[in-house]
Amino acid sequence: MSFEIIAQAIVSGLMTGLIYALIAAGLSLIFGLMNIVNFAHGEHLMVSMFASFWLWALLGLDPVFSIPITILLMALCGVLTHYFLIRFILKAKMLIQICATFGLSIFIRALAQFLWTPDFRNVDQPLLEGRIEIANVFIGQPQFFASLVCLAAFVMLYLFVTRTETGLALQATAQDREAAEILGIPSNKMFAIGWGIGLGCVGVAGGMMTNYFFIFTDVGVNFALFAFVAVALGGFGSIIGCLYAGIIIGLVESLGGLLIDPSFKLLYVFAIYLLVVIYKPQGLFGRY
Amino acid sequence: METVLDHARQEPVWNTNKKVIVALVALTLGLIVFPLFGPSPFYLHLMILIFMYAVMSQSWNVIAGLSGQISLGHGAFFGIGAYTSSVLYVQYGITPWLGILLGMVFAALVAIAIGIPMLRLSGHYFAIATLLIGISFQVVFQRWEMVGAASGLWIPLTEESSWLALQFHDSKAPYYYIFLAFFAVTYLLVWRLSNSKIGFRLRAVRDDYQAASSLGIDVSRYKIIAYVISAIIMAPMGSLFAQYILIVDPDRMFNLEISILVLLMTVLGGIGNIWGPLVGVAILIPISEYTRIYLGGTGGAVDLIFYGLILMLICVFRPAGLISFLPKHLLEREKHR
Repeated sequence: MSFEIIAQAIVSGLMTGLIYALIAAGLSLIFGLMNIVNFAHGEHLMVSMFASFWLWALLGLDPVFSIPITILLMALCGVLTHYFLIRFILKAKMLIQICATFGLSIFIRALAQFLWTPDFRNVDQPLLEGRIEIANVFIGQPQFFASLVCLAAFVMLYLFVTRTETGLALQATAQDREAAEILGIPSNKMFAIGWGIGLGCVGVAGGMMTNYFFIFTDVGVNFALFAFVAVALGGFGSIIGCLYAGIIIGLVESLGGLLIDPSFKLLYVFAIYLLVVIYKPQGLFGRY
Repeated sequence: METVLDHARQEPVWNTNKKVIVALVALTLGLIVFPLFGPSPFYLHLMILIFMYAVMSQSWNVIAGLSGQISLGHGAFFGIGAYTSSVLYVQYGITPWLGILLGMVFAALVAIAIGIPMLRLSGHYFAIATLLIGISFQVVFQRWEMVGAASGLWIPLTEESSWLALQFHDSKAPYYYIFLAFFAVTYLLVWRLSNSKIGFRLRAVRDDYQAASSLGIDVSRYKIIAYVISAIIMAPMGSLFAQYILIVDPDRMFNLEISILVLLMTVLGGIGNIWGPLVGVAILIPISEYTRIYLGGTGGAVDLIFYGLILMLICVFRPAGLISFLPKHLLEREKHR
């Protein structure tokens, strides 16, 4: 096994890792805010990819240009999710909360399968195509730009949460809902914003992935599983933890696939999850 | 300890009064004589599915309703049971009855292996882990050559119906009675369990784990006990179902839909209530079988749309499930002090 192949695996692991990081950040934001794990996260990703695909197929908009629309659509989707489902189960037992978002995931996936059939689709001749070669390592252009955009979105999300007034209000609500309300921060509005931003992140990742990934109804399942693991590894509710966790998972996935057997990628990620839970259950940057 | 345990003891839903017991005995007798009236094979098949899913949902109810931990990959234990008995029979000629027992042992071992690291922590870790497990098992069995990989194993037909090989070719009635027996025994045992010391402690752990642990209850140990019991209940259904359809393959036995259905039926009927799963199953299985007949196979997505919708509606409007619509006095234990 030559050095080039390993370098290749590391580069592609890094690139997918950044995408996982952004998807996980959306999940982590929602979890940190209201202690609810969105088990429909993968389905939301699938919806964002389909949104981007249909904007291309019906209106001829390249996925790169439709990114703002995809983000807005997903943010709207997040607000609607909060308004129609989540706000009713805020005070319910964790058991019921998990069942509700799990029900949402079944519903969205089945509805998508009903509307769009389980066919695999892809975008023909997107703007971003081809690959670049640097020192014998090939980098796919769409993958490269997808990871760059995700990293940029991640940085913006981080700055938003830590530097802006709304972001600080979000953090205040996450820390102590009642105290924040006394200070005049309406928690319901914050939750809606959290869902909007959380799924907006998914919209960025989904929109960029549409350039090179197959679009089908089960596409979100594995991404969501990796995002769950990333959130646990980074520490539930920690956003910066997601960045490191996403990269670690991306690397383990691609190196494990290269060195052992690519058909068991899910198991390597599962192994990380087990290790985290056994040795560092609070995660790398966890609050718990 | 007193308050937590008293609260658990007074909780009405897991107890049953005398009227209900009389009704249950009558129901059981009715179920025993049912095949003697010569119902068509379809009705026997329907009842078999109801018994099977009633047991499977009860298994999920033990871990979720009794100990408060959500398992999203419970189908894994179904598949373990199915594969254990089938592989032993196909490759070594071991009777499925022994296979059922060994399947329960394997399921219990897997539950312990998963439960020890996962159940120490908050429920989200466990829910995510079980989701991963459900898919991992399918991935592994799809590629495991020894057990037939993706195409699975055919269970060779015996010349004649045989109790030893657990195959009946002339009539579904023996299958009916076997499933009925497992159903009755499971419900009886879970009912006993819920009224035992372990049951009270489990509910104390579910309702307030801090209070429970401050009173000396080993919280994670009891969660693991519930998980193991739940796995042991699930596994034989996989073995029996494999004998019923005489084929095992990863897509059928480790189907994600199994995990979804047991969750849905229990939540629909009433989670944490011993009769909840039965109510959910008695409503959903006939609907799903009849829609299969009249609407035909449509790719399976239409029913899932409704399952997802029902699950969300129940969670929002009636978290205690449909059984909570029943008059309260039916569910309460008689006051005997």
